[in-house]
Amino acid sequence: MSVWRRVACAVLLLVAGLSLAANVLAPAGYAKQYREAADSGPSSAHWLGTDEIGRDRFARVLYGTRISLLLAPAAALLSTLMAALVGGLAGYLGGGWARGAMAITDLFLSLPWLFLLITVRALMPLNVSPLVSVLVTFLMLGLLGWTSAARVLCASAGSLRDSDFVRQARASGVRGARLFWIHVMPNLKPVLYAQFWISIPAFILSEANLGILGLGVAEPMPSWGSLLKELEGLVSVGSEPWKFVPLILLAVVVTSFQIVMSKQEEVAA
Amino acid sequence: MLGQRIARHGLTILATALVGGLLAAALVRFAPGFDTDEAQLDPHLNSASIQALRQSRMEQNNIVRFYFHSLQRAFKGDLGTSISLGQPVSTLLRDRTPLTLRLVGIGLLLSWAATLALALSAAWLRVSAYDALSTIISGTLLCIPAAVLALLSVLWNVPGALAIALIIFPRDYRYARNLLAKAYSQPHIVTARAKGLSELRILFWHVVPVVAPQLLALGGVSVSLAIGAAIPVEALCGLAGVGQLAWQAALARDLPLLMNITIMVTLVTLLATSSADVIGHVLRGQEA
Repeated sequence: MSVWRRVACAVLLLVAGLSLAANVLAPAGYAKQYREAADSGPSSAHWLGTDEIGRDRFARVLYGTRISLLLAPAAALLSTLMAALVGGLAGYLGGGWARGAMAITDLFLSLPWLFLLITVRALMPLNVSPLVSVLVTFLMLGLLGWTSAARVLCASAGSLRDSDFVRQARASGVRGARLFWIHVMPNLKPVLYAQFWISIPAFILSEANLGILGLGVAEPMPSWGSLLKELEGLVSVGSEPWKFVPLILLAVVVTSFQIVMSKQEEVAA
Repeated sequence: MLGQRIARHGLTILATALVGGLLAAALVRFAPGFDTDEAQLDPHLNSASIQALRQSRMEQNNIVRFYFHSLQRAFKGDLGTSISLGQPVSTLLRDRTPLTLRLVGIGLLLSWAATLALALSAAWLRVSAYDALSTIISGTLLCIPAAVLALLSVLWNVPGALAIALIIFPRDYRYARNLLAKAYSQPHIVTARAKGLSELRILFWHVVPVVAPQLLALGGVSVSLAIGAAIPVEALCGLAGVGQLAWQAALARDLPLLMNITIMVTLVTLLATSSADVIGHVLRGQEA
């Protein structure tokens, strides 16, 4: 493992560790309002200041990081499993199944990602509880983000279908689901693993975009998207630099994921 | 062969429009809240009017009928009326499309100018520090959400087209640079260099023709990226284009408007990728 990948892993572990310790580091929670210190700058009481209704920004960053860092991998796992099921099965069955499945993925892929997200998000009720909004946002990412991975998996499963060991297994009488689960799926693991890692930063960035556009996680629940929405009220870049902390943190985490997965991308391609 | 390819793309676009339309109609029909209409709560309406409203909703219960009815109207140029804005969807699209096309067009031009300039110079110069610097710049931009770049463009008073260019540049650059690096590592380039050909000649005579079809395909994909980037840029920069319209429709749950925009955008992106594929096919044919 290269030095950069080790550093990136350490950064991810540190950020994840800090966010998991949010209850200890910021016991007051993300929703408590300090009305007497609303929209204040950094101080010993509030390391990153407070937002316009007096909530501690440091606490919100920690809890928001926890939500984004826990749920983006969960959404990535869901999308990878869906891709494995749709793409893997279509590639394994081949013929009309593969063509049909790929036509559906092409239909999804022909639509710009953000358009697809806001369209599907708008189909669901917007006026929901914060917890439901978190679940809806990340579930939607997981349920819609499988298409490009399915394409790769369909091609990989297609090449495995005609491989010698699968032919041998078939000749030995292994058929159907057993052949797929025991002989094909385990060989798709490297591609699945790569697709999982590639999806995480993509979902983190998508959630951030949705949050800034007001279609992501609902208040008062923090996420990187809702925290970045604060930048909308800035007058100049240098006036309140502490408001850029969520952005810096997000960029660092996404960069770290990119470095960690740099090898995985080659597998996925 | 070329005719077949064009026909295949034409059929794909038509099929996408029809299937996408049916899917959109089904999604609109099953979306929570479709059965209710705020107008039914209007105290000024008498019971007969409310009954008529309910009746019109009931008629839309059958998805297939709802879809064919919408399709029939669409062929006549009637795309329905926006619930939130109270205007015909066709008028809204006609008014807003030129701005988005201009924004996306300039954004693509700027992005591709930067992509080609940086990728070609990095491939030509082959200085590791220069390559690393351009990779860091594109990598940094890749890690910033598109909506944040749009917000920063407002703060720095940067035109929206430049924001779109900054959003799509890192994605284009990464692939273009990899394509050029791969082309440079091919044996015929090593031979050309050993024969003493100048770097400029190698680049334009032996590298660019090899990567041109793939770059064209990338160009087609970047149209889709640019249209996607138009949503945050127009929404956050206050530009009245189709992206802003889609965002407003999403916030207001104006599903008929959103579905029409979605189908239109899908067709535009399909047209762009299909055109890139056909031109790439022609180029490959000439090369062969």
